[in-house]
Amino acid sequence: MTNRKPNQIPRQPMPAQPPEERRHNFDEVAQGYTIEMAIDEAMRCLQCRNPRCVDGCPVQVRIPEFIKALRDGDMWEAVEMLKDKNSLPAICGRVCPQESQCEAECIVGLRGEPVAIGRLERFVADWEQQQGVREPEAAPKREERVAVIGSGPASLTAAGDLAKMGYRVEILEALHEPGGVLVYGIPEFRLPKAVVAAEINYLEKLGVEIRYNVVIGKLYTLSELQEKYDAVFLGTGAGLPIMMNIPGENLNGVYSANELLTRVNLMKAFRFPEWDTPVRVGSKVAVVGAGNVAMDAARSSLRLGADEVHIVYRRSRDEVPARHEEVEHAEEEGIIFDFLTNPIEVLGDENGTVSGLRCIRMELGEPDESGRRRPIPIKGSEFEMEMDTVIMALGTRPNPLVFSDAEGLERSRRGTVVADTDTGRTTLERVWAGGDIVTGSATVISAMGAGRVAANDIDAYLREEEQPWDTERAAASA
Amino acid sequence: MYRILAKTTLTPVTTEYLIEAPEVARQAKAGQFVVLRVHEQGERIPLTIADYDREAGTITVVAQEIGSSTLRLKSLEVGDSLASFTGPLGRPTEIEPDGTVVLVGGGLGIAPIYPICRTLREAGNHVIAIIGARSGELLFWEDKMREVTDELIVVTDDGSYARKALVTEPLKELLESREIDRVWGIGPAIMMKFVTLTTKPYGVETIVSLNSIMVDGTGMCGACRVVVGGRTFFACVDGPEFDGHQVDWDLLLSRQRYYVEEEQRALELFQQSSQQAESQETSRS
Ligand SMILES: Cc1cc2nc3c(=O)[nH]c(=O)nc-3n(C[C@H](O)[C@H](O)[C@H](O)COP(=O)(O)OP(=O)(O)OC[C@H]3O[C@@H](n4cnc5c(N)ncnc54)[C@H](O)[C@@H]3O)c2cc1C
Ligand SMILES: Cc1cc2nc3c(=O)[nH]c(=O)nc-3n(C[C@H](O)[C@H](O)[C@H](O)COP(=O)(O)OP(=O)(O)OC[C@H]3O[C@@H](n4cnc5c(N)ncnc54)[C@H](O)[C@@H]3O)c2cc1C
Ligand code: FES
Repeated sequence: MTNRKPNQIPRQPMPAQPPEERRHNFDEVAQGYTIEMAIDEAMRCLQCRNPRCVDGCPVQVRIPEFIKALRDGDMWEAVEMLKDKNSLPAICGRVCPQESQCEAECIVGLRGEPVAIGRLERFVADWEQQQGVREPEAAPKREERVAVIGSGPASLTAAGDLAKMGYRVEILEALHEPGGVLVYGIPEFRLPKAVVAAEINYLEKLGVEIRYNVVIGKLYTLSELQEKYDAVFLGTGAGLPIMMNIPGENLNGVYSANELLTRVNLMKAFRFPEWDTPVRVGSKVAVVGAGNVAMDAARSSLRLGADEVHIVYRRSRDEVPARHEEVEHAEEEGIIFDFLTNPIEVLGDENGTVSGLRCIRMELGEPDESGRRRPIPIKGSEFEMEMDTVIMALGTRPNPLVFSDAEGLERSRRGTVVADTDTGRTTLERVWAGGDIVTGSATVISAMGAGRVAANDIDAYLREEEQPWDTERAAASA
Repeated sequence: MYRILAKTTLTPVTTEYLIEAPEVARQAKAGQFVVLRVHEQGERIPLTIADYDREAGTITVVAQEIGSSTLRLKSLEVGDSLASFTGPLGRPTEIEPDGTVVLVGGGLGIAPIYPICRTLREAGNHVIAIIGARSGELLFWEDKMREVTDELIVVTDDGSYARKALVTEPLKELLESREIDRVWGIGPAIMMKFVTLTTKPYGVETIVSLNSIMVDGTGMCGACRVVVGGRTFFACVDGPEFDGHQVDWDLLLSRQRYYVEEEQRALELFQQSSQQAESQETSRS
């Protein structure tokens, strides 16, 4: 094996549950590499001296180093290299859009298929989790108290890093479970909740205190926290669903993707009536949108018993923003893609329940400000589809609830918090922010990275004697 | 945490709970609600804050047993804890010194109007309340209500207690005979609808508290969508109180019924399992 040339080894496919089987269950689809597959895949890495993959990673994970350690069988070294920059690799290995980040830059990918960096990341991280409970190293104790609002990837990272530095960290979470989108949004079949639970467990071992059912803006305000804590990290994400504002949108059977996914993932409606929360999807389901959220809603609907699930998207296949793997998996499972199609009305029956979706065909025109070709409706092309359930997956915005009594906290027109990208500092003294609340809906890895940047700056700030808070700087990075 | 400190049966279908929740009590205001889970597999159900005591650190809620979650809540004992308890949620009632105000509480709606009456009165209003139920045995908190109102009118649909009338009848009489500045109507959706229809011809502003189906109660799911004045709102964060004359009642009523089949199934299952538990109890003793 060792004398094979890297370019003679094919990219190792990911073992997965067969589509026919998995469309009826919520178990994880991708089952992970075996050690043999992982080592074969690791051998494909050229160990570039100027690794482009690292530039492609939003947090510059030490990719060649961890792959080399894996290839050499030094698993703990691989873990250390991987976690040097990424605190949540078991999660990122599963959900990062590798094809547009690290793997897009991989030299091997220029002539063939890139090294499966994400799958290797997952392999190493899963191996670490299988080794059982990690005992964190004792850190020097510090007196300062830090409040971390929310418990998504940005907050989990900030909390973990700060706890390792010795700070007294409290996570304040609105829901009754930790994890943010990782728990209420991304379904079990893509990211098993046990993987997230292991990370939470580790944080608690580090001494992080997690308090649930604490809605900031209601139970406490930001300015109260500012007084009570030495530093505050705001990581409340972008959880407010955007609706289309078309007629019929409030009929029974129209869900926001957030509602459907929250019922299913957080409230375990897929196990109703053992679990109390119901969810109802009919035989024919239309999901509007084509991002990761839309794929998750579509594939969840299928697993809840729908016979026919459509993705209705106003642009074309080339513009689909979801991860490639999810689109592939969705197609294998039989999801129907209606491209260049835009809903204009949800139709209802006499009981006020969805009966169909009225759409219009689109064509692509000139590029818009996002650089993608603008979809334009084709006059007279309206048509109707019979539907029982319609799910809106059009994106989300920051939930403004947290901002009540947060005077001086500057926000953009899109409702995101203005923060300095190098430090995470906001315009409000001793308040840092990171993740979707700053960027709008983005990715797990970017949220994680922002949590880390803020943790480092919080540490620097709290160690400093004279601490000027330059509000201009945050405002300038808007 | 969230321990039940006291539990009082108010009527054959309503129970009052005193919950230990000092942080929520500290912030609670009239018109707000909490979302709680009775057990780990439980759904998140919204209940109005019927009373709060900042010093004792307690919240009072009153629940009507109509389905599996409220029945399961009733099966808890003093000393037991809720799985979760989140609040205070929603916007508080806007309290202004209006002059003379009328609060109409139908059935369970008596509980939510209690703290509103108290607060309005503290703000200097002349507070008239009309409370009513289908029959006398379903009425509760009459004495408590008397303490926070200047005038209290009690009615029952069947006349089994106090005056035989629907709550809208004394309301209409008041509107005819007195200068009324604002009206609140809280209770089942259909009753609120009729309160707003009663006040409409008199042009008196009428506030209602919309009880749409909720999940998180924090604005992240949109399950609680209601239409008021032709616009869509999330009742949990934009409400629950709205201008009753602008509410699309048919939409609310239809959305409240979306899960009736599932609710029925959950109810039957719960009743079966509690019957089993009971028969095991008796066979053991
Ligand atoms: C269905 C779905 C699928 C996705 N798939 C992918 C994917 O495959 N790959 C990828 O990289 N990204 C994906 N994303 C995006 C990714 O999950 C987010 O970018 C990321 O989770 C953002 O992290 P965050 O820490 O900023 O916030 P979040 O994960 O949103 O966490 C915010 C937390 O704050 C809490 N909170 C909110 N308001 C308050 C308050 N007032 N008080 C207290 N707590 C509060 C929330 O309850 C939540 O727990 C997906 C998103 C969704 C919704
Ligand atoms: C803001 C608000 C305040 C409320 N305050 C009170 C109160 O003080 N006392 C009280 O007894 N009830 C109150 N309710 C209604 C209460 O939440 C429901 O009665 C309860 O959820 C029923 O649960 P169940 O399982 O017992 O009954 P189910 O059999 O599940 O439901 C019976 C009916 O209750 C409604 N309902 C069911 N689930 C929910 C839900 N998650 N959210 C809202 N409504 C639901 C539906 O219309 C349903 O048809 C309030 C509702 C809202 C929105
Ligand atoms: S209950 Fe989810 S947004 Fe109102």
